[in-house]
Amino acid sequence: MTGPGAAWRGGGILALLAALALFPLVFTNPLVTTIGVDTMIFVVAASAWNIFSGYSGYISLGHAVFFGTGAYTVGIAARDWNLTGTTVFWLLPLAAAVAAVIAVPFGLLALRVRRHTFVVVTIAIFFIFQLMAYNLPFTGGTTGVSAPFLAWQPGTSNDPFYYLAMAIAVATVGLSWLIRGSRFGLQLRAIRDDEGRTRGLGVHTMRVKLAAFVISAFITGLIGGLWFYFITQVLPPSGFDPAFNVSVALMAFFGGLGTVAGPVLGALILEPAAQYLTLEFPNAFLSQIILGALFAAVVVLLPRGVIPTVGEKVTSWRARRSDHLAARVAAAAARPSAERSSS
Amino acid sequence: MGRLIYEAIIDGILIGGVYALMAVGLTLIFGVLDIINIAQGILVILGAYLSYVLSVHLHIDLFVGLLITVPAMFVIGITIYWAFIRPLRGHERTGMALLASYAVAIVIEGILYWIFTPNYVQLRAPYVTASVRVFGFYLPYIYLYGFALALALVGLIYLMLYRTKFGRSVRATMQDQVAARLIGIDVNRVAGLTFGIGVAVTAVGGMMYGATSGGFNPNSGYDLISRLLAIVILGGLGSIAGALVASVFMLTLESVVNVWSPEWAIVVFYAALALVLIFRPAGLLGRQAVREQ
Repeated sequence: MTGPGAAWRGGGILALLAALALFPLVFTNPLVTTIGVDTMIFVVAASAWNIFSGYSGYISLGHAVFFGTGAYTVGIAARDWNLTGTTVFWLLPLAAAVAAVIAVPFGLLALRVRRHTFVVVTIAIFFIFQLMAYNLPFTGGTTGVSAPFLAWQPGTSNDPFYYLAMAIAVATVGLSWLIRGSRFGLQLRAIRDDEGRTRGLGVHTMRVKLAAFVISAFITGLIGGLWFYFITQVLPPSGFDPAFNVSVALMAFFGGLGTVAGPVLGALILEPAAQYLTLEFPNAFLSQIILGALFAAVVVLLPRGVIPTVGEKVTSWRARRSDHLAARVAAAAARPSAERSSS
Repeated sequence: MGRLIYEAIIDGILIGGVYALMAVGLTLIFGVLDIINIAQGILVILGAYLSYVLSVHLHIDLFVGLLITVPAMFVIGITIYWAFIRPLRGHERTGMALLASYAVAIVIEGILYWIFTPNYVQLRAPYVTASVRVFGFYLPYIYLYGFALALALVGLIYLMLYRTKFGRSVRATMQDQVAARLIGIDVNRVAGLTFGIGVAVTAVGGMMYGATSGGFNPNSGYDLISRLLAIVILGGLGSIAGALVASVFMLTLESVVNVWSPEWAIVVFYAALALVLIFRPAGLLGRQAVREQ
């Protein structure tokens, strides 16, 4: 795409990147930068979720499986191999790989069923994983896995995490954009629109869906590993958190399901809002009620998300403006001819 | 050991009857509206808390209290339908409805936490603890009463679906919404009433759950909804007979595994679902079964 639209878009992206890069330099309060790291983690998680669920139309409410797997993988590996200091970061690809490997049988099982059933199967598999985290011998049961060996200095350690998460976020969004425009992305979106017809056209739908599922799981596992190093502890209900499942879906829906920018926008708005509510209202239940109500309002009032809705408004405004111009040109053209005909 | 297993089987069947009632509500809503009501779990807990308030503060018997809680849950169901489900339209309606009902569940959970705190409570009555001896097995009265009531209500829903004019319009809507609209059925009204009925049964399920589960708090809704979803998927979404069979099967299985290992019993529950889906992706009794009845 060329022309002024592309220039505006490129400028906007650069401005957003600059603002995000400068954020921890301007706001040095650790309370604020912690929210910044959480937000970056959710930018990655929501974009990764969108690569599978947004493009293919198969809504997964079980992505916490990959997030928790990533967190537990790096926790257990660092614990059992006695790794300390910054060397532990070399384990992040392992977290991603384990999550991707788990996604294969998960996907082969869950993607056999119809779309509605798929949602429920992902929830069921999610609960199996949470229960395994409670009951397996190496996951530490209810006390989970913690990482005293990391020994970060609290308050000084947020910035490296922020920039690492931001780098992963930029890479994920870039990948999402590449996939959306590719032949693979087109196949995914064709599956979303009409799976039967897509298969009829010769697309191996199962293979395409599974590939997207595994890519999505890989990124979610990676960021789950980073999240573990950030908070240095994982428990079965925090690693395998039902709220995570819904949050990533809500962020993508809020911004615009199946768009590249939608999940980013959703995460940038909703995660700080949620954290702010939690800080502002010491009554945790009140903040939960407000979040739920906000969530319901988004679904009912903005069913297609912010970006598609705004995009439509802009398009119709442009159309109206060009109609207006066309009408003036037509009027100007009509006047002399009318004069001519009367004379 | 043998005796323990027999006892586990009987317990499983009796509790399965109660789960069947909750699952029938869920599968009925799916059949008519093509949406999955994630709030069903927390609505069961809401029903349990309503029974709790009536019995603790107003000293109304648990079963008598149902005369109040069932209509109350019916009204709540219709309200949820009108406020959150009916406005949804378009291509992504199923996914949106799922998220909308999830949002409703989060709000209800927050309200319940606020009012009742996260402390576990339990419904109490003389017949909850007292047992009767049947063929050498001690069965708590509440299991028997609850099972009988659940069976009666499922029977009533069956009669309503297959013997009344309203039931015929419900089934017509299940089969083909557009055709149902064309022959003059008010699909919105049918959908709203079905949602109300599907939620109303949670009052009974909640009372039974509150009395037999050994304590509940607002968080128990997650455990319930995941079990109910597993049951309706196993039975085949939209199939009422499937929900009945699957509830009894799953709860019996869980109860029997529980004899050996309480930690893994619930995993077996979900593993059974995964296994069945490998061989029968549409569930035990797929939706087609409903149409052919």
